[in-house]
Amino acid sequence: MTLTEKIFSRASEKPQLSPGDNVWVNVDILMTHDVCGPGSFGIFKKEFGENAKVWDREKIVIIPDHYIFTSDERANRNVDILRDFCMEQNIKYFYDIKDLGNFKANPDYKGVCHIALAQEGHCRPGEVLLGTDSHTCTAGAFGQFATGIGNTDAGFVLGTGKVLLKVPPTLRFVLDGEMPDYLLAKDLILQIIGEISVAGATYKSMEFVGTTVERLSMEERMTLCNMVVEAGGKNGVVPADGTTFKYLEDKTSLPYEPVYSDEKASFLSEYRFDISKLEPLVAKPHSPDNRALARECKDVKIDRVYIGSCTGGKTEDFLAAAKVFLASGKKVKVPTFLVPATQKVWMDVYTLPVPGSGGKTCSQIFEEAGCDTPASPSCGACLGGPKDTYARMNEPMVCVSTTNRNFPGRMGHKEGQIYLASPYTAAASALTGYVTDPREFLE
Amino acid sequence: MVTASSISFGANSTFTSSSIPKTKPLFNIIPHSLKFTTGNGRAAVTFQRPVSVIPKATSADSRATKEPSRTFHGLCYVVGDNIDTDQIIPAEYLTLVPSNPDEYEKLGSYALIGLPATYTTRFIDENETKTKYKIIIAGGNFGCGSSREHAPVALGAAGCSAVVAESYARIFFRNSVATGEIYPLESEARLCEECSTGDVVTIEMAERRLINHTTGKEYKLKPIGDLGPVIDAGGIFAYARKTGMIASRN
Repeated sequence: MTLTEKIFSRASEKPQLSPGDNVWVNVDILMTHDVCGPGSFGIFKKEFGENAKVWDREKIVIIPDHYIFTSDERANRNVDILRDFCMEQNIKYFYDIKDLGNFKANPDYKGVCHIALAQEGHCRPGEVLLGTDSHTCTAGAFGQFATGIGNTDAGFVLGTGKVLLKVPPTLRFVLDGEMPDYLLAKDLILQIIGEISVAGATYKSMEFVGTTVERLSMEERMTLCNMVVEAGGKNGVVPADGTTFKYLEDKTSLPYEPVYSDEKASFLSEYRFDISKLEPLVAKPHSPDNRALARECKDVKIDRVYIGSCTGGKTEDFLAAAKVFLASGKKVKVPTFLVPATQKVWMDVYTLPVPGSGGKTCSQIFEEAGCDTPASPSCGACLGGPKDTYARMNEPMVCVSTTNRNFPGRMGHKEGQIYLASPYTAAASALTGYVTDPREFLE
Repeated sequence: MVTASSISFGANSTFTSSSIPKTKPLFNIIPHSLKFTTGNGRAAVTFQRPVSVIPKATSADSRATKEPSRTFHGLCYVVGDNIDTDQIIPAEYLTLVPSNPDEYEKLGSYALIGLPATYTTRFIDENETKTKYKIIIAGGNFGCGSSREHAPVALGAAGCSAVVAESYARIFFRNSVATGEIYPLESEARLCEECSTGDVVTIEMAERRLINHTTGKEYKLKPIGDLGPVIDAGGIFAYARKTGMIASRN
């Protein structure tokens, strides 16, 4: 069996199963946030009763992150609904926020759910993690089955701890070769999505192996798995290894048991990439599979740059952007918005020294480059959001973004043009005011 | 390509909708008392789902769906490939909670408002809250992108009964089946190139065909397969009750 099949097998207590089988699976973690939580709770109460109790108060993680720093009353009310439910159900993990004017005044608040799940030790190899968000697949970086579900499925899981899932076949992606120092995991996944299209992995699992993958950090593996859904994928997995175990050492004390694809496992298809030959990429408007070489888009004038989200707003993403600004020493030519994914990332941006800078922090380098001050951690403008969301695109403009989707209207305005890119490419583009290959600054 | 047999559930369970039960019957519905409260704890509302069709009087042509033959009839609205859920219901409207009856209706009024200006005909006319198009005809990968269940809910709340697409994205398809808001059907041919917005169409589920009365052409639909019993049965809650996975309702 493949890695994903083995997880299904264990979670459904069926020693043998095949792709296409529908099985009831035990859920280890269910995550929801401020956008889908209220609806999921509504369904839970309707179906199980006003006084029903959730299946396990320790396996549910409630993370407000989408529409937080806004004056939109309904958005604020939705966070209150999360709180009411958590108090009523005595939910163990609720990363609450009450003071919207100062995120640091909220000790429990984390930020972007997928990054918070990883940082708080809720992602463990071999487990089943579901979330009411399509980018729940990010957690597959930990060698677990993680996928997005809707409110109704979530309502069902809240009451039963189980979900009916179809076993997906697996596509295997073998990435070998030394990663050039101008490439990041974002370029790898853009390469793959461009190769197989936005429906290339529909209903399938995407397994990432190879020497390149083995050398990726956990955050880079998360970026890789994060955009699996953009290819239609059901889930993405990176087999757990020393890098995974080390990351988890100080984050979780719960036991876990990784699983791995058998030597003779059947894969639907296998794709091989020689990473050493790849170049920095962008996904042009308006589709994540509209792949192009960054250097071939150098005549595209841009209006702004956005660095943030679960895809490109982690600590290493900001370190990468800082590296490019440091190498240039110049100022950005367009407004450059920085939105750390979580409180921890925000702290790192303000405290971690950037290699080769003589002890400067990312925040100092960003300030010297003329970027906007790093904003309060949340999903921010990745998906537009309420009209007063920081960095939302309220007029048609061209933006290079480290986020995950660029369909029409994604960041707010329907005529907005979004170029998806790595943090290196985003920073390089900010410095020139055009879509720019980061080799302009890194070589 | 997603096939209709991508999800299989058991048959013979009662249908349960995750949102307000509609007077228009999509499926073979067994009368069922539903009681729910709104997200902010307002008074419980009890419904009795009707067995027969009560055509809803709207400003446009009324529904002609009949029970139990599962026929859909009305104007169709045609969209292309890769219509993602941000276009179906843009993120700024996601503060609306679908399980809240008032907000459910509001969601419907914004259905497909995210389509770009190249779509010169709106899905819902300006100053209207319901659509006159009962059926959506789409290309491939319909409903891709975000997992927001608000997407099929908005389409259903707007008055759409069925989507006939070349293929679906996984989470949207699953959410459509789970909520019962719209019937996600698949065509054999590329109907988005054969039909135009405003064409009058009939879908006959039993015969697995779509008739375009405006062009006079007929098209085959893919077999419902596992999908039929699921929607007829009522989705995951009803199935789970039937198989003893969860306790029956009072």
